[in-house]
Amino acid sequence: MQKQSFFQSPLLPFLLIAPQVTIVLVFFYWPAIQAVWQSFLLQDAFGLSTTFVGFENYVHLLHEPGYFDAIVRTFAFSAMIALLSLSIALLLAVMADKPMRAGGIYRTLLIWPYAVAPAVAGVLWIFMLHPSLGVLARGLRALGIDWNPLLNGDHAAILVIAAATWKQISYNFLFFLAGLQSIPRSIIEAAAIDGAGPTRRFWTVVFPLLSPTVFFLIVVNIVYAFFDTFGIIDATTGGGPSKATETLVYKVYLDGLLGGNLGSSAAQSVILMVIVIALTAIQFRYVERKVTY
Amino acid sequence: MVERRGIGDIVPHLVLWLGIAVVAFPVYLAFVASTQEAYLIANGQMSLLPGGKFLDNYYRTIFIGTSSSTREPVGTMLFNSFVMAMAISLGKIAISIISAYAIVYFRFPFRMAVFWLIFITLMLPVEVRIYPTYKIAADLSLLDSFAGLTLPLIASATATLLFRQFFMTVPDELLEASRIDGAGPIRFFKDTLLPLSRTNMAALFVILFIYGWNQYLWPLLITTRDNMQTIVIGIRKMITTSDALTEWPLVMATAMLAMLPPVAVVILMQKLFVRGLVETEK
Amino acid sequence: MANVTLRDVRKTYAGGVEAIKGISLEVGDGQFCVLVGPSGCGKSTLLRMIAGLETITGGEIDIGERVVNNIEPADRDIAMVFQNYALYPHMSVYNNMAYGLRNRGMPKAAIDKRVRDAAQTLEIGALLDRKPRQLSGGQRQRVAMGRAIVRQPKVFLFDEPLSNLDAKLRIAMRVEIRKLQRRLRTTSVYVTHDQLEAMTLADILVVMNGGVVEQIGKPIEIYRRPETTFVASFIGAPPMNLLSLGSPSIGGVSGLPAAAGVVGVRPEDLSFGGSGAPSGGLALDLQVEAVERIGAETFVYGHHANAGEILVRVPGEAAPPIGEAVTAVAPRAKLHVFTGDGRRRIDI
Repeated sequence: MQKQSFFQSPLLPFLLIAPQVTIVLVFFYWPAIQAVWQSFLLQDAFGLSTTFVGFENYVHLLHEPGYFDAIVRTFAFSAMIALLSLSIALLLAVMADKPMRAGGIYRTLLIWPYAVAPAVAGVLWIFMLHPSLGVLARGLRALGIDWNPLLNGDHAAILVIAAATWKQISYNFLFFLAGLQSIPRSIIEAAAIDGAGPTRRFWTVVFPLLSPTVFFLIVVNIVYAFFDTFGIIDATTGGGPSKATETLVYKVYLDGLLGGNLGSSAAQSVILMVIVIALTAIQFRYVERKVTY
Repeated sequence: MVERRGIGDIVPHLVLWLGIAVVAFPVYLAFVASTQEAYLIANGQMSLLPGGKFLDNYYRTIFIGTSSSTREPVGTMLFNSFVMAMAISLGKIAISIISAYAIVYFRFPFRMAVFWLIFITLMLPVEVRIYPTYKIAADLSLLDSFAGLTLPLIASATATLLFRQFFMTVPDELLEASRIDGAGPIRFFKDTLLPLSRTNMAALFVILFIYGWNQYLWPLLITTRDNMQTIVIGIRKMITTSDALTEWPLVMATAMLAMLPPVAVVILMQKLFVRGLVETEK
Repeated sequence: MANVTLRDVRKTYAGGVEAIKGISLEVGDGQFCVLVGPSGCGKSTLLRMIAGLETITGGEIDIGERVVNNIEPADRDIAMVFQNYALYPHMSVYNNMAYGLRNRGMPKAAIDKRVRDAAQTLEIGALLDRKPRQLSGGQRQRVAMGRAIVRQPKVFLFDEPLSNLDAKLRIAMRVEIRKLQRRLRTTSVYVTHDQLEAMTLADILVVMNGGVVEQIGKPIEIYRRPETTFVASFIGAPPMNLLSLGSPSIGGVSGLPAAAGVVGVRPEDLSFGGSGAPSGGLALDLQVEAVERIGAETFVYGHHANAGEILVRVPGEAAPPIGEAVTAVAPRAKLHVFTGDGRRRIDI
């Protein structure tokens, strides 16, 4: 944690940490404390008076069917996005890991979507899947599907999941490729000598060795699906149609900033905070495991 | 080497090229759309080959803007995005490297408390404190300013942890040699630690530039004036007007312009990018 | 030009662990002092205390008639060569050497002259523009030396500077360090765990163990007259055979004082001398178990019924065959006698 050799100075270290600590206190801790405090308050319709109501906001929230739906929806989205982007990325990484000269080119051509903003990814996908002018929508119509993500909730959900998955493949691919390349060739060669064919080799040797990466990526992908889909949703569906794409984060935004329901929004924020803390804790337990592994 | 011979060798290439095609298709389509006449797209008759309006469309996008939704040309938005991305990435690097320096190379009261204070912010993304953070920014009259756009985002637990980890690998003897050579804390930082951190800073910069450029929620909250919009916010406003009025070629040109800087950074600085991504996730 | 004087120097860590338990030492001007001992004996800590890299929790250290306890390393007028060299990886060889001088505000021309002189002395003139990573281990070692000598300090401090080199280079550099130090006449303190390095370099040898000094003296005197069994077994290779007198009838040495508990004899002082012990000397009946011939000399490992393994070092290649019963003898003058706890030498 610390150096054996160090400097002694009464003032300098405090000057060095001052900028970071100031920003953290003003823009992180103070608002977070405010959020917790507000979650126990109720404001009247005109914002004239506030009363302390204890856990009432939470009770209301948990009795609100829309909130429960948002929880289920968010987890369903996360699961779909993680499953799809991880499987596609793993397939591509396994292919790119095979000894081949052009490996570097493939990596370059597959990792760039990481840099595309979620909102822009959303715009690209709504353009392809737009009911009246989208190129892919035309194809779907030709197949007899009445495709309309602007009116049909399932279609809207598919749009959001597709855009989010598309963007996340690059990230997962990169980590899978790194994971695969860190597996010593000799282990795979030993498995080959032991008579395992390529498929068997993958599932009995390669995949188990890759499992720390898989686990790490699952956590990262869930966090991604929770938070970074905000831009995609806001740019494409705005949470609709009729809340079909309203995730927890998007609901906090709608209820608090646009709906003006501060107490409920604050309570939602606090619940989100708890989820983030849980996910971070899981991630760090994994890091610990990796160290002892 | 364990590998199959014969046609088995072609399969990976096929799968990869298919993957690349799928991944690239939305962007190809955006590019094609950005070079075509608006009415062709609005009619759903868009060609899959580039049209002849490339220069026209991009000129209008950058210097004039769409006629209805946003009155600002995309050139302004590009400028705003660039300033924001640079300020966030350089700001994060600067304040993180000095706090990591203090935490690793000094002993002072509350050192561990400061470390945890910074570390725990990992668990407080802007999404979980939207309204109160907005309110504080408003109280400090930071709305519609570059300071408001960037300051709340330049604290970084990740960057601080990364530098801390790197400093821990710098041999103690370098500090001792510097002390014998008469260098105090500031000189050691400037003459030895900063030059040694160059690669790490560059890798971090690549990641943070992309992070800053792609910010969405915070700029959405803090900017109301059109001339403070970033390109990622601007593009969304271009399509939320009623469908018939959306000028799709300009929207797609904007999308291309919004993607270009961060994608170029990834491709041109691929080594640093990969390193930055892997390092910041440790 | 300076003496280094340590007066009852102590180091106690915050946790209460005592690393240095009161050491006094005088290194005269221009002398080469070597601190030697096993790892963890406190020799590096002591050196770092002289350098100012570790605080002194008791006693005083003088450099050139000045108490330096509370003086910053940079102001002690010392230079140090580290075990891993600690070259600044991002600076050229030239800048590595010039850095300390620049920090002191020396004029450019003077710096340039000093760096070039030092580079010439160390034969690294052609390397001045290179970065440390472009150098071999031996070259890095020279640059580290160069960084020390450009400063023209009162004292050189060396912290195991040769331990990262291969065996051949280590011997060459050892000779070179000694020549350089003779020429510059700069007081030096050198830490090593290698007793051969210690013997060959030192004007004054300090043998340390467990945070205390076991013996101080000229190397050859320490070899001839080790004061404790620790020194006896640490200085000299292969180490001295130590026989406990507690076990019955070893070697037939007679007329020892009552306090005597351990008798030591160096392998090179034993020989397979015909029949019978020299008067008052040592005679050990051994069964030969292993023989190592290394050319100029031969090591014979014998087993003694009561004392266990005994090593005999004989010149040339002639040695008894394995399994044979032999008698190894040593004259009385070559015996080292210690008290039973091994802490004190007894003259006989």
